[in-house]
Amino acid sequence: MTKADLVESIYEKIGFSKKESSDIVEMIFDTMKDTLERGEKIKISGFGNFVVRAKRPRMGRNPQTGQEIEISARRVLTFRPSQVLKQALNKE
Amino acid sequence: MNKSDLVDILTEQLKTLSRKEVDLIVDTVFDKMTESLSQGDRIEIRGFGSFEVRTRQARQGRNPKSGEKVFVTTRRVPFFKVGKELKERINGGPEGAAEPKQKVSGE
Repeated sequence: MTKADLVESIYEKIGFSKKESSDIVEMIFDTMKDTLERGEKIKISGFGNFVVRAKRPRMGRNPQTGQEIEISARRVLTFRPSQVLKQALNKE
Repeated sequence: MNKSDLVDILTEQLKTLSRKEVDLIVDTVFDKMTESLSQGDRIEIRGFGSFEVRTRQARQGRNPKSGEKVFVTTRRVPFFKVGKELKERINGGPEGAAEPKQKVSGE
């Protein structure tokens, strides 16, 4: 499934034009991206939480050469699925 | 930010739609994504990331409270991989590759 399928479902379910539906889907993900970029977490009840976490620098190794290198401090995004989503994936 | 904040922001930006309509659209998006994953489908949102379903093997677990052994059956879990664009934006955000803050406990 891609963004196009999400656009399609809004177009079908709510009856907006393709253009409107597409703009809205785009806007949803843009808003989420802006929020996460600021380091803010997003909680979508029934779906899950997107959390930005800061990682300390650590030593890593180039798997090809075996050479040790420092992996710099960085911020990473993690997704924690909600119970509802986990259950939806496991119902028979 | 929660879903209601997201709806507020979008309503303000869109102007042409009522809050109720925007709320319905946001719900539709996440419902559709849930439905798609529950069918085992992969979701790819360009610039944001992708979601897929991974299968965890059945295993012998333990109730952490009582120490009692329990059998955990095979289960499917959603897995999110951040997209390249978002990954870079988060890492190079306004605070840069920031020093670790206090551990944020996600619930």
